[in-house]
Amino acid sequence: MTKAAGMLHRSPRLRLALLLAAPLTWLVVAYLGSLAVLFLSGLWTTDPFTSDIVRSWTLDNFRALVTTEVYRRVALRSIGVALAVTALCVVIAFPIAFYTARVARPRWRPLLVVALLTPLWASYLVKAYAWRVMLARGGLLDWLLTPFGLDGPGYGLTATILVLTYLWLPYMILPIHAGLERVPDSLLDASADLGARTARTLRTVLLPLVLPSVAAGSVFTFSLSLGDYIAVQIVGGKTQLIGNLVYSNITLDLPLAAALGTVPVVVIVLYLLAVRRTGALSSL
Amino acid sequence: MATGNGTTAITLRGLRKSFGDVPAVDGVELDVAEGEFFSLLGPSGSGKTTVLRLIAGFETPTSGTVTLAGEDVTRRAPFERDVTTVFQDYALFPHMTVEQNIAYGLKVRGASRREQAERARAALASVRLEGFGARRPSRLSGGQRQRVALARALVVRPRVLLLDEPLGALDLKLREQMQTELKELQRDAGITFVLVTHDQAEALALSDRVAVLNAGRVEQVGTPGELYESPASAFVASFVGTSNTLTGRAAELIVGKPGTFGVRPEKIRVLDADGEHDRADHSAVHGTVADAVYLGDSTRVVVDTDAGVRFVVVRQNLDTTAADALALPGSRVLLHWHRRHNVPLSQAT
Repeated sequence: MTKAAGMLHRSPRLRLALLLAAPLTWLVVAYLGSLAVLFLSGLWTTDPFTSDIVRSWTLDNFRALVTTEVYRRVALRSIGVALAVTALCVVIAFPIAFYTARVARPRWRPLLVVALLTPLWASYLVKAYAWRVMLARGGLLDWLLTPFGLDGPGYGLTATILVLTYLWLPYMILPIHAGLERVPDSLLDASADLGARTARTLRTVLLPLVLPSVAAGSVFTFSLSLGDYIAVQIVGGKTQLIGNLVYSNITLDLPLAAALGTVPVVVIVLYLLAVRRTGALSSL
Repeated sequence: MATGNGTTAITLRGLRKSFGDVPAVDGVELDVAEGEFFSLLGPSGSGKTTVLRLIAGFETPTSGTVTLAGEDVTRRAPFERDVTTVFQDYALFPHMTVEQNIAYGLKVRGASRREQAERARAALASVRLEGFGARRPSRLSGGQRQRVALARALVVRPRVLLLDEPLGALDLKLREQMQTELKELQRDAGITFVLVTHDQAEALALSDRVAVLNAGRVEQVGTPGELYESPASAFVASFVGTSNTLTGRAAELIVGKPGTFGVRPEKIRVLDADGEHDRADHSAVHGTVADAVYLGDSTRVVVDTDAGVRFVVVRQNLDTTAADALALPGSRVLLHWHRRHNVPLSQAT
């Protein structure tokens, strides 16, 4: 036993190998492996009569993605939804995080953060169906809005954005909260001391300093929205997004579904590259 | 008011600030003259930083008033006060370059781009950091950051500059150098400086006047000389320099009258126990040396006196050597000093 411990102490490479062997295997085989399989199966095709997979290599599926009008529209719509959800989350999360990180009494802050996380304790499906009930014709939202002469959004694109925003909001609040908490009070004091009014301090000192945190949160909300296929089925009405397009093709034409599935992966990689330029990834 | 030109820059009246039920500042009254280098000296928790924050406007007093140049600013926000601050952690904006940091106050005041650049460059030159304008604060050393913070606060030409332990994070050599620079900057700019420090040597070296704070109250305000030579209380005597305190029976035995007295260690001569000494106008006491520490320029001698009080004496090594210091412990000595060095103290704390 002591001999083994001594050997480990002397050999940092062995130590590292033992530490990382299991997780690395998991990461490579289960994670990157499945991504590779996804991409490769997009290069196969199906027999048009039996729907059986034919393992011959072709770029037809990816060509269809680019050339077919419907796929292009769905892809753009999905990116639009993900961007809208992200923007809404930022707008809603910032004031909440500002309160929990800087205004509330320090004693209450951890409790408030826990309270913000409680929606994550409930099942995704339960929450999505709860929204379905609220959004129904004559449901809670209609009932609330009727006195103002308005109707609820009903099922559709708006409802999907609304529900996704609700679902992913905590993932935006948490990083912004952490970012705001890290800003030293003295920086805000210094700004006021040098003559800046509160709005100015917010804009020129606080916002630039928490921008990386906002970007980090947006990675969560953007990729989670882009990959979602359940909420849109429950409250989206006839709305088609990449997620449910993949889902509806998976039994009929697996290679096409795989090709569709690579679209969000590519978009998210591009998004991550864009976010990396803000320096946000180093603050994750 | 040693160098003040007569008008008052800062007036504090009945200033109190409590956090919860804990009073941090408990009835402070101060007048700081225009152009004066004023220090707030005290141990940690004495409320000195809170007084500074009250002047800057970062805190609102529980009661009392803050007046700047005759104007009551008690309820005004920091950006409505003609005061800037050098923070203990410098508080440089990490997402801006050095030049943007310095120009910030000018930009906020709506100065033209050209004026910003010119004045920022001049400010950088005044703290001897030419050519550092494009750097980020994270790429500067502690001393350089300190100078940028100074330049940023001074470039807007405030009426009063507040400094919150600005030299605390620097090493000894750099601190002494910065002290000299601070003093020169203040003389050149002619601005009122208020320095918060727990370092009595720093306060004595830099200030025209010093207020000694203890437990949220002002113990004494005076020039460095007044504080050192005639401390008003036992607290001031022991906080500003060191002091041997005589009280009760020891005071009656040695000084010859009841009360509390302080005697500075360097005022006392260490003589042989049976040595010749002047009895007129002098106090004297016999004792046994408990310890002697050789400090190079001086020797610190600790003596248990026959009056029951332990004395600390600092003896300049005019003719004495390290060997003499080694030979001292255990020997009988006579401590001897002029009567005028017995400083009566009020036993406030």
